[in-house]
Amino acid sequence: MASIRLENLTKEFDRGRVVAVKDLNLEIKDGEFTALLGPSGCGKTTTLLMIAGIYKPTRGKVYFDDVCVNDVAPKDRYVGLVFQSYALYPHMSVYDNIAFPLRLSKIPKQEIKRRVHEVAKLAKIEELLDRKPGQLSGGQQQRVALCRALVKEPEVLLLDEPLSNLDARLRIETRAEIKRLQKELGITTILVTHDQVEAMTMAERVAVMHEGVLQQFTTPEELYDRPRNLFVASFIGDPPMNLIEVSYRRRDGVHLLEGEGFTLRISEEIARKIEENSPTGKLILGIRPEDIKLEPGEKEKENEQENGFPGKVFLTEPLGGSVLVDFKFGELTFRALAPGGFEANPGDELLIVPELKKLHLFDKETGKSLLDER
Amino acid sequence: MNRDDPSTAVAVKELRKRRVYVQVSRIAKARMAIVRAIPYLMLAIVSLPIVLMYLWLIMSSFSKKVLFGFIPSEFTLYNWRFLVAPLKMGVSEHPSIWLVTWNTLSFALGVSLMVVLVSTLAGFALSRFQFRGREEIMQMTILLHAFPGVTLMIAIFYVLYYLGLLDSLLGVLLVKASLEIPWSSWIIKGFFDDIPWDVEWSAYIDGCNRFQAWYKVILPLIRPGIAAISIFSFLAGWGEFIFLYTFIFSETHQTLSLYVKSIIGEFRFTDYGVLSAVALWYIIPTIIFFIFTQKGLMRVTIGGIKGGR
Repeated sequence: MASIRLENLTKEFDRGRVVAVKDLNLEIKDGEFTALLGPSGCGKTTTLLMIAGIYKPTRGKVYFDDVCVNDVAPKDRYVGLVFQSYALYPHMSVYDNIAFPLRLSKIPKQEIKRRVHEVAKLAKIEELLDRKPGQLSGGQQQRVALCRALVKEPEVLLLDEPLSNLDARLRIETRAEIKRLQKELGITTILVTHDQVEAMTMAERVAVMHEGVLQQFTTPEELYDRPRNLFVASFIGDPPMNLIEVSYRRRDGVHLLEGEGFTLRISEEIARKIEENSPTGKLILGIRPEDIKLEPGEKEKENEQENGFPGKVFLTEPLGGSVLVDFKFGELTFRALAPGGFEANPGDELLIVPELKKLHLFDKETGKSLLDER
Repeated sequence: MNRDDPSTAVAVKELRKRRVYVQVSRIAKARMAIVRAIPYLMLAIVSLPIVLMYLWLIMSSFSKKVLFGFIPSEFTLYNWRFLVAPLKMGVSEHPSIWLVTWNTLSFALGVSLMVVLVSTLAGFALSRFQFRGREEIMQMTILLHAFPGVTLMIAIFYVLYYLGLLDSLLGVLLVKASLEIPWSSWIIKGFFDDIPWDVEWSAYIDGCNRFQAWYKVILPLIRPGIAAISIFSFLAGWGEFIFLYTFIFSETHQTLSLYVKSIIGEFRFTDYGVLSAVALWYIIPTIIFFIFTQKGLMRVTIGGIKGGR
């Protein structure tokens, strides 16, 4: 097992015309399950391939246990990698696929046999060992790829979108299984994914990346509750956080956020933070759909503890356990999550009451969070 | 089903009506068949001369006399006597056909082996490595292939002369292979291009160095491509004439194409019976080779494959 440290890791392609990863600093503890999360093209796979040794960093260093491995060939890094495409060797049987890394390291035949069967048993593919990859389903291929990565007992396990080619049901099963395996074996694991659910459910810590730059690296809970900037806020959460342009104003000793078609009264404490951190007062207000209560009525509530603003229902989307209620403010769609059984018709006036403690505020210019710098 | 049921009666009527339709459509079908046959007919007419020529070749090789130049008569195996003993014609004696066939076979296989060995390495480099001048090399190979090799004859003569490889099959083999390699490298590069990077990277992570990845993982995946270039270069070697004719002088180094030529060039008259027998002998291996490899060849579309699974 090994810990991994990335130091100012940068990767450029096309002689610097494309910067895939920029000054990435990351520390992954020994035995930790980490996810690299971000939209496609954010540099997460590039980072993974640099850790694996496939790509050479343009600048910066990769450390395994305080040893710089920049110049170590992939085969000497003791990493296992599962590719999105699985990249099985189509001309070899499943057994040969799994045995391939062991044969290359000249392990005795008996030992190879024992270890292949052991790992195949772990992944429940023992009965498939004689088949060719072409004869397997996507889920089975994925297991084979995982076995091939695990059989050499790597120090580091790297998973590049390992679940994205599986159907929804299988994905949930496999998710749990990989998590179980990782816990059992205690291998330092890095998962690359664009699926936040995958990252949040499986990983102990999640690194969110955007355009080659690390946005935030913390636990899933923290990521959800305290997004450090606008990108993380908008990327994490499904349905996504409502983000509305507002401007801060002070009127008759009352602190207000004014948006298009509504005003929201905020507490003294929040107001002070705004005044300290944002000289322009141009802000983005973020409210998660689940942090909103919907109440009947049209009049604005105006007290310190609880206040809200009216909105006209545009659409309701029943999700089974809950109902997603859409409002329109000008161009903007505003979503609230109501408990299951909630009924409203388009055109109904409802009072939107956000939970004030769970508000997020971001500077419009920099995108930085004003409240979540904790 | 109840026959007395009125709805059944209606259905039966309906079916009868359709039968009429079926009869009508039979005529239409016949017409369609004729229309479809037209391309085959045209192709048959166009390919008739070639087919007839081969037919003539087979028949005249087994007959004593050929009447009016194309009607064979009297079955004989006399024309095939060269298989048993060296052919004697007029004053000269030809070398043993077995030696000549062996020469041809080793020449063709040698060319094929050489081409496969070099092209698979060159194609891999052109497909996978980033190096300066890669684009230019690829353009140059195409350009090189555009020139007829014959134009290099004199230059090659000098090269072989200084290398001491004149009148040696190895010398001509090198020449032929080097003229085949650019094109083959291009073809095989296309096959390498189709191998996903993931598979190659997997090999590196599993513990391969670059050569092992090439040899253990990638080559098996481009087997159809290797089959294609080895077949093509084998046939090119088998059919080679002009370089052999120019650079080979002694009869013991003769190949089949030279052997055929020497029979044609026999003094005064040409024995067409022997000529056709030798010609047939010359193409038999090609046909056998084709029968065994055509399945592989048919799967290949030049420039790439799908699958390999």
